[in-house]
Amino acid sequence: MSAAGYETVETDVLILGAGGAGLRAAIAAADSGAKVLVICKSLLGKAHTVMAEGGVAAAMHNVAYQDSWEVHFADTMKGGKLINDWRMAEIHAKESPERVLELERWGAVFDRTWQGRIHQRPFGAHTYPRLAHIGDRTGLELLRTLQDRAVHTNGVDVHMEVTVFKLLKTDGRVAGALAYRRADGSLILYRCAALVLASGGAGKMYRVTSNSWESTGDGTALAYDTGAQLRDMEMVQFHPTGMVWPAGVRGILVTEGVRGEGGVLRNKDGERFMEGYDRERMELSSRDVVARAINSEVLAGRGSPHGGAFLDITHRKPDFIKSKLPSMYEQFLKLANVDITKQPMEVAPTIHYAMGGVRVDPETGAGTVPGLYAAGEVASGLHGANRLGGNSLSDLLVFGKRAGDAAGAFAKAYSAAAIRAVLDQSDIDRAIAELVAPLDRPAGDNPYKLQAEIQEVMSAHAPIVRDRAGLEAGLAKILELAERSRKCGTGGSGSRAFNPGWHTAYDLRSLLINAEALLRSALERKESRGAHARSDHPKTEDELTSINYVVAKTPDGMHVIAERRPPMPDYLAQVVQHSYARYTPEETE
Amino acid sequence: MDVSNLDLKIWRGDANGGDFVSYRVPVREGMVVLDAVLWVQANMASDLAVRWNCKAAKCGSCSAEIQGFPRLMCKTPITDYRGQVTVGPMKAFPVIKDLVTDVSWNYEVNKQIPPFTPSEHDLTSSEPWRMQQQDVERVMEFRKCIECFLCQDVCHVLRAHELKTAFYGPRFMVRIASLEMHPKDVLDRRPLLKGKAGVGYCNVTKCCTEVCPEHIHITDNAIIPLKERMDDVYFDPVRSLVRRLGGGPKNRPAGGEQTTGH
Repeated sequence: MSAAGYETVETDVLILGAGGAGLRAAIAAADSGAKVLVICKSLLGKAHTVMAEGGVAAAMHNVAYQDSWEVHFADTMKGGKLINDWRMAEIHAKESPERVLELERWGAVFDRTWQGRIHQRPFGAHTYPRLAHIGDRTGLELLRTLQDRAVHTNGVDVHMEVTVFKLLKTDGRVAGALAYRRADGSLILYRCAALVLASGGAGKMYRVTSNSWESTGDGTALAYDTGAQLRDMEMVQFHPTGMVWPAGVRGILVTEGVRGEGGVLRNKDGERFMEGYDRERMELSSRDVVARAINSEVLAGRGSPHGGAFLDITHRKPDFIKSKLPSMYEQFLKLANVDITKQPMEVAPTIHYAMGGVRVDPETGAGTVPGLYAAGEVASGLHGANRLGGNSLSDLLVFGKRAGDAAGAFAKAYSAAAIRAVLDQSDIDRAIAELVAPLDRPAGDNPYKLQAEIQEVMSAHAPIVRDRAGLEAGLAKILELAERSRKCGTGGSGSRAFNPGWHTAYDLRSLLINAEALLRSALERKESRGAHARSDHPKTEDELTSINYVVAKTPDGMHVIAERRPPMPDYLAQVVQHSYARYTPEETE
Repeated sequence: MDVSNLDLKIWRGDANGGDFVSYRVPVREGMVVLDAVLWVQANMASDLAVRWNCKAAKCGSCSAEIQGFPRLMCKTPITDYRGQVTVGPMKAFPVIKDLVTDVSWNYEVNKQIPPFTPSEHDLTSSEPWRMQQQDVERVMEFRKCIECFLCQDVCHVLRAHELKTAFYGPRFMVRIASLEMHPKDVLDRRPLLKGKAGVGYCNVTKCCTEVCPEHIHITDNAIIPLKERMDDVYFDPVRSLVRRLGGGPKNRPAGGEQTTGH
């Protein structure tokens, strides 16, 4: 065993991930007086938040005076097909305007209305124009603002290019984490009083995804491994519009802002096919509906030459397109040689977002293990069965702050001595031995090949429309891949110095836990709802509206439990009923 | 799928030295340099060190020197070259391994720039702020920066003269400009510009503007206006005369050494 030494670092609050949720949590925790350490897998400022383009949803009613938190709440619940944690949806709708305005006071610069207020654009399944935005690079603005705020906040430190591979517990609470530095493979033992997961999603399970190499579901896997529950893991979002061509750029996101600014979808016969799927909302229907519509058109032989649909915004003036969608214009011109002011784009669904994740308390983001918190994409509940565009940026602001506040308070309740609590040395040694083992297996399976196999399995067996036979066969293959991955190598090199083969070997473990949880949960949910569509159970079952599927680790493996959610209080139920009565989208399928 | 091959030469090595290694990569339609590099990583050299994230020119991670020219690998189609491409790490920063360099200096510099500071009145007002689109558009250009550090890499003050202790570099001139020209910021960063930030070192060769993947007019819209702001205070002959005649508080306001030696 080559379990080498490690350096020990102490902090009050440890935050995994430096995207929007992690940085917002860091600022909140530090404001409460805690010493905060943020760890990120890449460099600071590169997190997936920069890919968010369209905007941040907040009922500020700057453009539509009728908008209110109630309407935003109802839109979010209806979009999530009512399996959302209603309390999270309520908090989110009420607090997001304040979080957006706060961001402006920290230096963020949003597009303006003619009156000088923050401008808001229309977006899929939002009743009113609601997305505060900066052209089509809202995520970058948000992340950069939080980044600058965080590095200038006393008590916040950042460790870049560090990957956590194990959470450590003492007395049943999370008390630390083990990590390696990418640059030289050296090890660090972090000791903390509270830990916030803000590590994003697991899009790398799939071949065609808008996610980066980092999105391997580390947070959900670490939480699961330490005994915390996961929820709604069957719910992964296919964003309707990813690039399809050329092959090299397949999956890269085309912002919903294109449709928000008037873009229309057409099939190869030039038909505006959304008429047949959601005549009321057309292109601005919820993402699950639009993604399935494109999928159905392609399966019916009406797809574009490269297996997608045409997204056309050429009826808008070139100057308008360039000012409202500058990075889309640039992206298509450079990567696909398509001038979107003159030609339609070719688009197809791409894996984009995990609605499921760590099960959290709606008020604090606390996981089911003490000392563990989660916020942003890694957490679950707010989005239910389908996330509305724009709700993830507001999610990470609202719940990043709440998780940071709560983690700071939790850390304060523990004395400094608790940070130095006794950790189980055999646990530490075992985790390190497991991490470094692939370095000593020069002839082991190539981790890149295994990752590609996982992606093939998930793409084939858990696609937009699923069925039992496919899911079961997929699960068998994933379990077999898990077995092989335990014995994999690094692809050849035994060096610890910036060795991506070695890093990938660890990432496989996260991906496989996420994949297994997805497949098992999808098998349990015997209906079609939101992002989870099953050809063998095409109907939405009323009695499953109150059910969430919870994933837990047991001594004999992964278990999925159907859990009944408490009913909505009357004042919220009325808001939803009122919304359905006024306006019911007809989703014909 | 195209069957022809690309001769991809990638710099392999670390702080102790290294050399270009040739790889034959099957070409796919629409392939960018990053695709080719990642293909090599997955199929021929599992330990090839490279940074990347979004693969859509939005995060600024995959900066490298392609045929010696600073570019984002994800935004450079291999069809820009004829069957042969050379890829090396950014030269202005110490190499860690292969295409990965130590860019931590940039993060240290950013910490030294005083953050966004609104007036007390704006900070305490309970009303949402009002700003006009044309007033914010000016800083929006600077806020497009994705921190790829290609401008830092190409800047000869940093690259050839290694004056990292005297000049913050184009990226941070853009950062300071985004704060100085923010309609709600009230802090005066001119002493910083003249002193530690060293705006005087820039002799406006515009190389940074040329390599910027976000097409920010770094020199024209950020650096030159900042130079003018600084000159107004420190080098205006009339004001200087007034100060010499005993009008001003001191001969010069607080700040660093004069640095316009070019």
